[in-house]
Amino acid sequence: MLCQECKEQKANVYVTRIVNGIKTEIHLCEKCAREKGDLEFAFEPKFSLQNFFASFLSEPWAAPQKKTVSPSKVQCPNCGLTFAQFSQIGRFGCCNCYTAMGEEHLQPLFRRIHGNVSHSGKVPRRIGGTTRIKGEIEKLRQQLQQHIQMEEYEKAAITRDKIRSLEKELDQKEE
Amino acid sequence: MEKKDFWSSHWMKGTGPYAEVALSSRVRLGRNIRDVPFPYLASNAQTEKTMDLITKAASEQEEKFNDFDFQRMEDISPLERQVMVEKHLISPLLAKEVNNSGVLLRKDEAVSIMINEEDQLRIQAIYPGLQLEKAWEDADTYDNLLEANLDYAFHERYGYLTACPTNVGTGLRASVMLHLPALIMTKQFNRILGALPQVGVAVRGLYGEGTEIIGNLVQISNQITLGHSEKEIIRNLFGVTRQVIEQENASRQMLLNENREMLEDKSWRALGLMKYARLLSSQEAMQLLSDLRLGFELGLVPQIDRSIFHQLLVLIRPSCLQYLSQKELSDTERDEERARQIREHMQNIGEPE
Repeated sequence: MLCQECKEQKANVYVTRIVNGIKTEIHLCEKCAREKGDLEFAFEPKFSLQNFFASFLSEPWAAPQKKTVSPSKVQCPNCGLTFAQFSQIGRFGCCNCYTAMGEEHLQPLFRRIHGNVSHSGKVPRRIGGTTRIKGEIEKLRQQLQQHIQMEEYEKAAITRDKIRSLEKELDQKEE
Repeated sequence: MEKKDFWSSHWMKGTGPYAEVALSSRVRLGRNIRDVPFPYLASNAQTEKTMDLITKAASEQEEKFNDFDFQRMEDISPLERQVMVEKHLISPLLAKEVNNSGVLLRKDEAVSIMINEEDQLRIQAIYPGLQLEKAWEDADTYDNLLEANLDYAFHERYGYLTACPTNVGTGLRASVMLHLPALIMTKQFNRILGALPQVGVAVRGLYGEGTEIIGNLVQISNQITLGHSEKEIIRNLFGVTRQVIEQENASRQMLLNENREMLEDKSWRALGLMKYARLLSSQEAMQLLSDLRLGFELGLVPQIDRSIFHQLLVLIRPSCLQYLSQKELSDTERDEERARQIREHMQNIGEPE
């Protein structure tokens, strides 16, 4: 079918209007439809990822659970990006923003996007060595506290030795 | 970029597993350097520093990077940059950001390492057919090589830190380009379109986000980057892709059994138009390529080197046409040049020896 307006191009936009119960249909080509402004109805404005994030971050459930710092005061000490800017543009400014923006804001966002909050893939080899050891030490320290509270001193001594040897290893790696 | 090397991109070869449906498989990794602001926010001095750090990291591994060429975006003309975009070697964003952005491109054009894109580093590997694993291995290798001399921005909990929260974690986006004429013709594609997001797979047109589906070409990619390992992401996308391919092949067989004459007619008509048409719009050309290709894959038209389809897909894009004719072209001139290029490529096809 040809466009009812220019009668030259193939019609590929079908406009149906219902005004006061009266239905009218016209068939137009893309060019004429655009000129008549009928295409505006057919297509939603371009979906913006940024607005999407902004809505995530401003929704009430994304509000901080613990009222520590009001989001308006949050700013990255390294690159200067504010929380307001972050939620507007949907981009971090530098890697330090990931700490500065606060996990109470980021975790709900990550959960919405990825359904997860923790990375479980590759770890850079250079960082990997020390990161893993640091994590291990942290875990052992918590264990140590538990042993002490339970007055399990023998176990505590073993854990303490493990921590010491890991700390030694860490020192060597960091040198 | 020399003219004779124009068609050397490895992904265009038309080889690899499932090449009858899968055009190419791509993996890219987003990486940043610790403490340096991301490119869009960084000062000129900072992006310069990033560029320095990355090119140095590569040159310190010279024997591993000696088959790469380094190009600064500002040293290449806007037209040539667009040609690289149309060949899928760099992203549209990189072509725009001329402020200290650049690319390390492997000579076979299968690996490109983009510098100062949305992230400071985008490592991309692209292979013909369904070869996600191979693309991942390649990207992983160059990631390791660069990492040996770079302090990556990495968080114990969130993984690799990227400018956009949709890339955080693995920083990995894997995608496959598929030719799905039978699924689209039989209207089954809409059903798949609805199902894919539920298994963590996004669907796009040929030229990425927000582009429409032309020439029955569809790009599918992983949505989630945080919480799954790289191998899981690759395996999941591979599994989903293989299912889509199997359904496409089943639909092709069904069409062949029930509508052989229609398919035959469609592909021979396409060949006829491509051999003789004097003006071809991009949209029409893409559709003709798709029609002919379906006929070729089903053995309804004579033997054609599959790489011709891939070369033409790129060649008929506006910037490539202008690059080849060495001048700016109006819309009509483009349609004319497009038709001419297609005619030349189709000249000997279907003719008696």
